[in-house]
Amino acid sequence: MHYWLSTLIGVPVVGALGVAAVKNELRAKQATLGVSLLVLVLAAIMAVQFSPNGDKFQFTETYDWVPSFGIHFGLGVDGIALVLILLSVVLVPIVVLASWHEADKGKRSVRTYFALLLVLEAMMIGVFAATDVFLFYVFFEAMLIPMYFMIGSYGGAQRSYAAVKFLLYSLFGGLLMLVAVIALYSIADKGSFMFSDLVGSVQDVGTQKWLFLGFFIAFAIKAPLWPFHTWLPDAAAQAPAGAAVLLVGVLDKVGTYGMLRFCLELFPAAADYFTPLVLVLSVVGIVYGAIVAIGQTDMKRLIAYTSISHFGFITMGVFAITVNGASGATLYMVNHGFSTGALFLIAGFLIHRRGSQYIKDYGGVQKVAPILAGTFLVAGLSGLALPGLNSFVSEFMVLIGSFETQPVYAIIATSGVVLAAIYILWMYQRTMNGPTADSVREMKDLNVREKWVLAPLIALIVALGFFPKPLLDVINPAVTDSISQVQHVQKASVAQEGQ
Amino acid sequence: MEPAKIIEHAGGVIGVSWLLIALPLLGAAVLLLGGRRTDRFGHLLGVATAVASFVVGVLVFLQLLGFDPAERRRVVPLYDFIPGLVDPMGLLIDPLSISFVLLITGVGSLIHIYSIGYMAHDPNRRRFFAYLNLFVAAMLLLVLADNYIGLYVGWEGVGLASYLLIGFWQHKPSAATAAKKAFIVNRVGDFGLAIAIFIIFTTFNTVSFAGVMTSGADASQGSLTAIGLLLLLGACGKSAQLPLQSWLLDAMEGPTPVSALIHAATMVTAGVYLVTRSGAMFFPEGSTAAIAVTIVGVATLLAGAIIGTAKDDIKKALAGSTMSQIGYMMLAAGIGPAGYAFAIAHLITHGFFKADMFLGAGSVMHAMNDEVDMRKYGGLRKVMPITFATFMIGYLAIIGFPLLSGYFTKDGIIESAMEHNATLGWLAVLGAGITGFYMSRLVFMTFFGKKRWEADAHPHESPAVMTWPLIILSAGSIVLGGYLILGNRFMTFLAPAVGLPEHLPSFHPFSVAGLVTLALVAAGAALAWFKYGAGEVPVTAPRGSFLTTFARRDLYGDAINEALFMRPGQWLTRLAVFFDNRGIDGLVNGLAAGIGGTSGRLRRVQTGFVRSYALSIFVGAAILVGAWFVVGNL
Amino acid sequence: MTTHYLVLSALLFVIGGVGVLVRRNAIVVFMCVELMLNACNLAFVTFARQNGNLDGQIIAFFVMIVAAAEVVIGLAIIVTIFRTRRSASVDDVNLLKY
Repeated sequence: MHYWLSTLIGVPVVGALGVAAVKNELRAKQATLGVSLLVLVLAAIMAVQFSPNGDKFQFTETYDWVPSFGIHFGLGVDGIALVLILLSVVLVPIVVLASWHEADKGKRSVRTYFALLLVLEAMMIGVFAATDVFLFYVFFEAMLIPMYFMIGSYGGAQRSYAAVKFLLYSLFGGLLMLVAVIALYSIADKGSFMFSDLVGSVQDVGTQKWLFLGFFIAFAIKAPLWPFHTWLPDAAAQAPAGAAVLLVGVLDKVGTYGMLRFCLELFPAAADYFTPLVLVLSVVGIVYGAIVAIGQTDMKRLIAYTSISHFGFITMGVFAITVNGASGATLYMVNHGFSTGALFLIAGFLIHRRGSQYIKDYGGVQKVAPILAGTFLVAGLSGLALPGLNSFVSEFMVLIGSFETQPVYAIIATSGVVLAAIYILWMYQRTMNGPTADSVREMKDLNVREKWVLAPLIALIVALGFFPKPLLDVINPAVTDSISQVQHVQKASVAQEGQ
Repeated sequence: MEPAKIIEHAGGVIGVSWLLIALPLLGAAVLLLGGRRTDRFGHLLGVATAVASFVVGVLVFLQLLGFDPAERRRVVPLYDFIPGLVDPMGLLIDPLSISFVLLITGVGSLIHIYSIGYMAHDPNRRRFFAYLNLFVAAMLLLVLADNYIGLYVGWEGVGLASYLLIGFWQHKPSAATAAKKAFIVNRVGDFGLAIAIFIIFTTFNTVSFAGVMTSGADASQGSLTAIGLLLLLGACGKSAQLPLQSWLLDAMEGPTPVSALIHAATMVTAGVYLVTRSGAMFFPEGSTAAIAVTIVGVATLLAGAIIGTAKDDIKKALAGSTMSQIGYMMLAAGIGPAGYAFAIAHLITHGFFKADMFLGAGSVMHAMNDEVDMRKYGGLRKVMPITFATFMIGYLAIIGFPLLSGYFTKDGIIESAMEHNATLGWLAVLGAGITGFYMSRLVFMTFFGKKRWEADAHPHESPAVMTWPLIILSAGSIVLGGYLILGNRFMTFLAPAVGLPEHLPSFHPFSVAGLVTLALVAAGAALAWFKYGAGEVPVTAPRGSFLTTFARRDLYGDAINEALFMRPGQWLTRLAVFFDNRGIDGLVNGLAAGIGGTSGRLRRVQTGFVRSYALSIFVGAAILVGAWFVVGNL
Repeated sequence: MTTHYLVLSALLFVIGGVGVLVRRNAIVVFMCVELMLNACNLAFVTFARQNGNLDGQIIAFFVMIVAAAEVVIGLAIIVTIFRTRRSASVDDVNLLKY
């Protein structure tokens, strides 16, 4: 019996209580950083022991929670969940360090902010590690609470509007999912919420379609997929930079992760049926998100819209139902966390210095802060999927995987690479190039703390660009398994048509 | 003859040919990460890695020469890049790639050395060398990769280096805009290349050159043509061919060594490499894709030449010329095995004489306080003798003066085009005539005639670190063409990589086309002499006829792009933002406001009077009971 | 026969209900509420007798206990309100609205 996953969830929870209890603010910050680093180390040790071609779920732990309903506290990871947990535990210490002075100025408690960060970390690990559908739902909703407070209490001028919008959107989707979860439980009639018990338990295609929609809408809001996306720019623009990183970098991945894990495996026939719809939404999202991003005047909103475009790529890869597509999509989730995370953090550093989110208030920053500009460029280039940087591998895999089954959608989506170049480089030009604006003349370059924040991200962006194999080796078997159900359905329907 | 089989290789210098890429990449990494600490020796390190890479290249070349010609295609597996797509990533060492390696590292090293002098007063010289090194590494990856995805990585890598270097003086808005434009237009081309790779992978289930070659037979004609045309789109973007030519002229905002290395000698010729490399598979003789390549080539060679005739900016005139010369290479590459050797040979000689002339132009600008307007030059031959002499050699080489490099290679292209299709051939001859005119115009305006300098200009010859590269490049411009072409030396060397035509061409010094070409070139030069050499050159450009405006404005390329893509794009962007804010978000906020409003009305029910609450409880209970009776009695 | 008890219980309940609805004095309203509760108690006890088990009687005890607790809190509130407002009319206490 392993206790890896429950330890990973437990350590930040205990840490959060400890941080909330500490009186000294600096101590609280240091403790938070320490706890998040400890979690990172633990997760790394666990990941090394993972065997890619072993059991589907590893490090499994199952405890009865509500035995009368067959609800378990079931934990376990496959390759997909593992890389996403790694993404979360890598981002949290970075975010902690980046948010060092984030809460200092406001009237709200600094300790609470860092405690919330740790609670959020526990929830994020839990949501990816849950092997019980009900437990997944609980983490899925519980994740909202710390994020709601981080946006609503520590955010920008319109924080309460953004926080409420975020919460309502997510709750709406979550409740649809809850209905579907309960319906799935009673229709399956297995007396258990365990994922492994529920797989393949609903055979009727009509029922599958309704249940699929319940799950899918929740995930489409979370991801977010066009046209459920408008909460993201508001939430990301109002959230403090660190929270925005976790929001877009990890929380939104729960949506795409859920599609891959639950929608495809639990409802393969419905997934096959809805594939065209999802692909249309994805492709519209890719192009639309990119075009709207070009027209933004606010840096953080711009980055949020680029993410909407990127999520289109991820869902397209998932629903291409090919190994390359789904592996690329999973890798994309990780890469997007790093590259967009870096972009949000650097934008945050810029905004912190100048006090404005608007692009027009900048200009010529490269001259006064070359390192900041350089990191911004690297992160941006990763965002536009430049080969040699991480996003390229995943984007190319998604596109090539989609092209195998859905060439038309893939070609339209590929136009996104041109649009990506426009929105990133135009933003870079307007903020960093040209004559130095008077307002930024006194701007300081990155300080030591900020360099430490960005160094691991930039290193990962470059390293995964040239050597994505370690992640892909873990992802590929898991993904092959995930899409096999749908492939089976597709083959059956092809055979039927043949007869 | 078909291209030779690709065989795996280990050991020797070829076994460590990854050093070719690793050395300049290391240089770039050290200089970029080291920051200001490396300022003192940055330029030296940059030069050292480029030269070291050149030495490795020469050693690899020598080892390759030791093999039997049929075994000169070696692949060196490196590591698993993307499992399932590129495993393993390898380097392909064959006569084609090694020719490029030598050109890139050789000319690249010379331009590195030149840049020490040219950028001596720039505070960011270290960064400049870092970017140059990055470029060399990416370009080498482009030509050495043994598969299309590796090529794509290099392809966009050089695009990045080009972006960084065009925008090197990024405090100038024009430079920043030009850099962005270059990258975006290239991305349009990359869009084509990417889709070509998708089709290649789905058709052949591999992206490696070797795999595509061996499993080629079972692909449908339609997908082969589609791949060919899409590869051509990619090539057009990178090589500034019509219709994606517009970025190259703006790219002259970059420092001149960049224009010489990237936008003349190496990167812009990547399209020719792509077509040649994929030639046997996707551009077979007479196929739709191959015909498209020749048409694009001819159209661009004329367009570039016409643009070159009207530009007063010395670098832009040279850029027009580059477009035109690459048009020649594309034309040759589209012809098939009969043209590949000429395309690559012209590419190499062009790399020498155009780099020579760009560096010469840089030397002139260096002397003239960075003035680029040729109308403000004149009579410089006396004050800058070395620059003048080397420039003249480049000039004579490009117009095809007998026995210089360009004479052999360009004539080869014209001859094989004639044989392939007479119309294309004569258009190429016409292009050569125009070349004679615009290059002569450039030379006469710069080095001959009266001084038209600005008051504060004090031209002087450049330092030795800048003139020596010029001398070496001009030496190459003299001898290289003859050496490569005579006796079909280069064609047989290249044969294992690209194949041989059915009958080998023989060099006729006095063919009809050759003589007409020479006559037209002479006529063009004479016209230029009367207009710009002997006559008075006004310091401000005269308005000129409709045709002059047409050429001066790059054949309205930018205007077309603006009207067709930029304006509608901006309009679309505004529409989308409006739709997002008012449409989708409006719907959401409207729903929220609706619910809020309804609740606002409903809460008025809460009057605060206990008895009214009691009444509503009573009424509610009565309704329930009543309903129960009704339902119960149904 | 237990019908009479039930009729009495219904009558008491209606009297209490009307009292709650029409009277303004908080004390009287309160007494009417008690009357309704006790009407219910009577019904419970009657049904217990009718069905021959003790469930209804037990529930009646529960109701009494709840009623006693309610009286304590309710009277305390009414007295407090009367002290501050010099009135025991329920219509004067309408600040808790909207």
